[in-house]
Amino acid sequence: MTAMDLALFGADPWWVVLIKAVFVFALLLVLTLFNIVFERKVVGRMQHRKGPTMNGPFGWLQSLADGMKLMFKEDFMPTAADKVVFNLAPFLSAVPALTAWAVIPIAGTVTVPFTDRQTNLQLTDLPMAVLFLLAIASIGIYGIVLAGWSSGSTYSLLGGLRSSAQMISYEIAMGLSLVAVFLLAGSMSTSEIVAAQQQPVVVLGADVGITGWYALLLAPSFVIYLISMVGETNRAPFDLPEAEGELVGGFHTEYSGMRFAMFFLAEYINMATVSAIAVTLFLGGWHAPWPLNQVPGIDAGYLGAVWFLAKVILLIFVFVWLRGTLPRFRYDQFMKLGWSWLIPLSLVWIVGIATVRMGREEGWFTSPAVLLGAGAVVLVAIGLALFGGRETEPETAAPTAFDPYAGGYPVPPQGEQQLPEMAGVLPGDEDTDRAGRRPDGPGHDREETS
Amino acid sequence: MSGQELAFWLLAPVMVLGAVGMVLARKAVHSALCLAAVMICLAIQYAALDAPFLFAVQIIVYTGAILMLFLFVVMLVGVDSDDSFVETLRGQRVFAVVLGIGLVVLLVAGLGNAVVTGPVGLTEANAQYGGNVQGLAALVFVRWVWAFEATSALLITAAVGAMVLTHRERLVPRRDQRTRAAERIRAYAETGRHPGPMPTPGVFARHNAVDTPALLPDGSVAEDSVSAPLRSRSRIRTPEELLAPMAQRHAEIAGDRQPDPAVGHQRDPRPGESVAEQGAALKASQRTQRTRGEDLSDEERI
Repeated sequence: MTAMDLALFGADPWWVVLIKAVFVFALLLVLTLFNIVFERKVVGRMQHRKGPTMNGPFGWLQSLADGMKLMFKEDFMPTAADKVVFNLAPFLSAVPALTAWAVIPIAGTVTVPFTDRQTNLQLTDLPMAVLFLLAIASIGIYGIVLAGWSSGSTYSLLGGLRSSAQMISYEIAMGLSLVAVFLLAGSMSTSEIVAAQQQPVVVLGADVGITGWYALLLAPSFVIYLISMVGETNRAPFDLPEAEGELVGGFHTEYSGMRFAMFFLAEYINMATVSAIAVTLFLGGWHAPWPLNQVPGIDAGYLGAVWFLAKVILLIFVFVWLRGTLPRFRYDQFMKLGWSWLIPLSLVWIVGIATVRMGREEGWFTSPAVLLGAGAVVLVAIGLALFGGRETEPETAAPTAFDPYAGGYPVPPQGEQQLPEMAGVLPGDEDTDRAGRRPDGPGHDREETS
Repeated sequence: MSGQELAFWLLAPVMVLGAVGMVLARKAVHSALCLAAVMICLAIQYAALDAPFLFAVQIIVYTGAILMLFLFVVMLVGVDSDDSFVETLRGQRVFAVVLGIGLVVLLVAGLGNAVVTGPVGLTEANAQYGGNVQGLAALVFVRWVWAFEATSALLITAAVGAMVLTHRERLVPRRDQRTRAAERIRAYAETGRHPGPMPTPGVFARHNAVDTPALLPDGSVAEDSVSAPLRSRSRIRTPEELLAPMAQRHAEIAGDRQPDPAVGHQRDPRPGESVAEQGAALKASQRTQRTRGEDLSDEERI
């Protein structure tokens, strides 16, 4: 693997850094405005309606109108609120969300317009950029927790508590799923991870030409990351902190006006951030996907940003799709999924990856004894899967006598059971009494007694 | 002025203020926030001093995990619960003073040493293995690997110990969703108790709070519509109390009763207050209000 030179990042003069920072900020605001309308339109289509159509061409300026409305709305503060913390919380939520994009590579090397200066379309890169992202995300949790606490309302407090427990739990699973990426890429810098994914896959010594995106090579990690990123952003089906049926709005119940708008902004930027991390770490970053990457120059310069944003919006679509499809989890089920499934699975997978990597470096896989042993294990596993175990006998439920008042209340017949008054009736015989009631049958008795 | 010095002089005052605030703050959450500020500033100092890995880990582990758990516990224990000032550890003040003096000596010695000999810096150490992260990895996983493993074993033992201490033997089988549903249906069969959700609180022209009972078709109170803690804490409103103001209004509108400003125009009777009593009390209060030129009838207030 070629160690990419991070020197290009330190060489930018201050005005290039400023331009890039403003560019990232503007991109995030526009992306948020787009995402809100996009989500409402897509989820509307999924529910057989059109979504916003009134403001701007085809309703695409709806979120701009909403934003203006929120800006001019009165900002309430509950009497019981803790004034300082109540004001601080929205900033603690929104600022980290914006900061996270500083280390996301949006495209490769580009020329600054009207000059001949070369720079990377990424504000900065660090040797531990991905850890920086995790750190920033953990500061963002404070905004939500403190908003819940400072509102002085039970709903908000419960929402804040839920979200802190949820985000801490899912941050562990998320961090563990990223460890496999670090192991394979040999780096924690985002631009180097993107570069490492450009290595073609080698299967049995033959170069198949497909670029080795980690979504492909580390599919289990990718799936775990996708699940935990939904948990981390408090989105459906894991939106328990703002479960509207139970907690009104969760942590932001007491917020209104511009303060609420900042939480709203932070939620949508966080969605974009986790999607961007997924794109950078698992989906090849700003590079074009496999068959198209054979075309030279298809993702060069600013075209890389197009691929990058296309992939991010694809993942945003997945978010919306999940929201339109799945009902909300119950809290204990949700915690169980995180702690008893995602974290142990991640741990096992990391140990497996580390073993394989170690073995490759030590040359374990070239000696015939190891290969024979592995082959034997695979054969035994296949054999067990095919012939092992005992086949469970198909359960034949014995037709039990049907008691229409089992337990003292009326129950319908199930399976083979039959209403007692229908016992003597032949199927499809229209001439008999519809209810199948015989004058001396139990149905008749019940009719009179009830 | 180098970047490191700039970072120090910018962050040091914030950190000192945060540390003082952490000790002096009255609310536990404010203390935790001040501590978080100190931790984040410390992390930025690490970043300025060529230790980017420590910067990330400081924020992830201390600010993101440990302090967040503090906050979590503070919130669970209660928003405004006062600290108890009963000392459970005997002689802790003596130990605290001794340890504090020791810490001061250590700090003075360490800082003095750094000031006298001049700081070494991380540049050389970072360059040795080709980077800060690689250098740390070489130290932790090669040179100090046994110390590292022993620490991790200690931590895991502590975690398992905490789980053992909080473990409870389950004495009765767990009641899952299915058994509860069966129980509800059985209760319906045996006692006629409705198996569905409990009724919502009552919605009246002037009341829809959780302590307002819903009325059954026969005019009696649906007991389940107000939650049990509220029922046990205070007496809930009776149907008469709830309906009296509107009944008065209806009668006035229908014209078969003289307008009685005491009923229906003022606040509703408090739970337990009889309607007539309240009327009398209000008439008196209204007289005083009129003299003050105020009218606090509901319409005006809204």
